Amino acid sequence: MESLELIGMISIIVAGATVGIGAPITAIGEGWAVSRAMGALAQQPDAAPVISRTLFIGLAMTESSAIYCFVVSMILIFANPFWNHFLGLAGG
Amino acid sequence: MTITPDAIVFWKLGPFPISATLVFTWAVMVLLAGGSWLVTRKLTGGTSVSRGQLLLEIVLNTIRGQIRDVVDTDADRYLPFIGTLFLFILVSNILVVVPGFQAPTGSLSTTTALALCVFVAVPVFGIMNQGLRGYLKTYLQPTWLMLPFNILSELTRTVSLSIRLFGNMMSGTMIAAIALAIAPLFFPTIMNVLGLLIGVIQAYIFSVLALVYIVSAARVHEEQPGGTHNDNKGGSIRGEP
Repeated sequence: MESLELIGMISIIVAGATVGIGAPITAIGEGWAVSRAMGALAQQPDAAPVISRTLFIGLAMTESSAIYCFVVSMILIFANPFWNHFLGLAGG
Repeated sequence: MTITPDAIVFWKLGPFPISATLVFTWAVMVLLAGGSWLVTRKLTGGTSVSRGQLLLEIVLNTIRGQIRDVVDTDADRYLPFIGTLFLFILVSNILVVVPGFQAPTGSLSTTTALALCVFVAVPVFGIMNQGLRGYLKTYLQPTWLMLPFNILSELTRTVSLSIRLFGNMMSGTMIAAIALAIAPLFFPTIMNVLGLLIGVIQAYIFSVLALVYIVSAARVHEEQPGGTHNDNKGGSIRGEP
């Protein structure tokens, strides 16, 4: 197979797999964190500001791993360095 | 489809391309500085306060209250830096609703610059608070074995700070563009509203994380002699992936 075709195929498969594996695992972790925070809020409504602030910070940190997956898949699809390299070789 | 506003070049000024990121950063800067200048030109302390002054006072008091929740002591020391970061990111994220506006925070260059500001501010505030020796000692906490990990965490959290903001803002514009291609009637509007919410939350997250990093470097020494009675809320979150 042509190297360009191979790169395109593998890039798309891996881009889908990156988000497909990375996002659900992150979502499970975030759902777990939110459910624990809701439990804590129900038990101690007075501590709501502290709990929600810590929850937001924790969620943002957890969220960033899903965002990394998204950035990697976007790079694979729209700004793939290998694709551009071999495209340049084929064109020039 | 472009994943970053860096790729949109308006015109070239010699060797420097003036990209959309630069132009819209200037626009946000002009908006913030000009608006503040217009309002603070005629400040009054009496009972009749202009609307703009009320708005700015509310914004300032809210930011100061949020900082005080994390720091407990002198909030005003951190207010200029954290407040500037928050307002800049917030305004550039909210202005996405203006047609044609490309959020400067959707470019990795801007977010890297902001994260580098935090990277520099951590030692600056640390040295200001506890001197050079005291600051360098925080790298040896809890034991000297942690030295490489402390340095590594300093670097990785800068990277994660910049990529988090970039990824969130880029995903907003990306999802809107993809939704526009699939279901152009109603769906992109909902995604844009969600993008606005994410933008506000990310501005909050960025500034709170910056504050937590700065405070955690600035206050480790204070707890040393007094034991653990100074139970810190913000400083416990240190060394994140």
